[in-house]
Amino acid sequence: MKEAQEIFDILKEKFGESVIEINTETPVEPIITVHPLKIHEIGEFLRTNEDLYFDSLMNLSGVDDANGEKVKDDQEFDTISGGTLSVYYHLHSVKHNHKITLKVSTGREKPEVESVESVWKCADWHEREAYDMFGIIFLNHPDLRRILMPYDWEEGSYPLRKDYKNPEFYKGMKVPY
Amino acid sequence: MKSLLDSEFSDSNIVIARADDLLNWARLSSLWQLSFGLACCAIEMMATSASHYDFDRFGVMPRPTPRQSDVIIISGTVTLKMALRIKRLYEQMPDPKYIISMGSCANCGGPYWEHGYHVLKGVDRVIPVDVYVPGCPPRPEALLEGLLKLQEKIRNESLRTKKSA
Repeated sequence: MKEAQEIFDILKEKFGESVIEINTETPVEPIITVHPLKIHEIGEFLRTNEDLYFDSLMNLSGVDDANGEKVKDDQEFDTISGGTLSVYYHLHSVKHNHKITLKVSTGREKPEVESVESVWKCADWHEREAYDMFGIIFLNHPDLRRILMPYDWEEGSYPLRKDYKNPEFYKGMKVPY
Repeated sequence: MKSLLDSEFSDSNIVIARADDLLNWARLSSLWQLSFGLACCAIEMMATSASHYDFDRFGVMPRPTPRQSDVIIISGTVTLKMALRIKRLYEQMPDPKYIISMGSCANCGGPYWEHGYHVLKGVDRVIPVDVYVPGCPPRPEALLEGLLKLQEKIRNESLRTKKSA
């Protein structure tokens, strides 16, 4: 069993600059922030290393940090420009019974994160959900398409983004109340 | 209103009835429902079908195909994705067909009315509803009341006028 700080030190030693920081001020579990284009490599290491052996990805979720600049679009509707979208990975090792939370942040305008589908198979649908709800692009994902919303839902319309605006109609059905 | 066929006849084997009465009585007494549930309301609907409330005493029994069904109970949240399927199921039912909208979600969107980006705010936006049953979810008694209302509606139908729903 390893503490979050030990895990951070191991990662820092192996991956250097790609492992950005550890936040221990969080209410529940410490969060390690890593580079979005290195998450696959780091995940593979966490999964296979004998001392860490994170064989279970408990959860993967997207978050809209909404830390960009608030601007009005041409129809006077509030949108967010700049800032970041994040993905959180909750890992658990059944063998060692320790946990860790990873975080990657990526630019809102071009949100690209490496897929960890080839490391943890269950990430497949989780990543599709994060794509569906936040529009985060998972590079090298085998089948990145919407999972909850209809496949023909408006292009570029992601419901859980803070500046989401509902379309007026979907297939002739009025959407707003 | 008690129809002719609901009264007792002991002295004769011949019953004279209006075609309207006969058809309406037959229709309202064996409303076969489409075996179809959407969300938590479906649990209440199943409870209504079970022995304690016993939907079958009103002639309501689930059918596995829309082609043998008379009534569809929209029991739960109608998502935009599901709305298209509901419409198709409804279109496959033979006339005369009836719809009971069960619960707040199916009536008007319920708790999803404002932020439910995926929810159709009322199933009556895609198919014509006969009876609305309020509640979240409605108790079996409420659904039974809804069914009785529907029976009342059918009892007053006429062959001469087209169903207007």
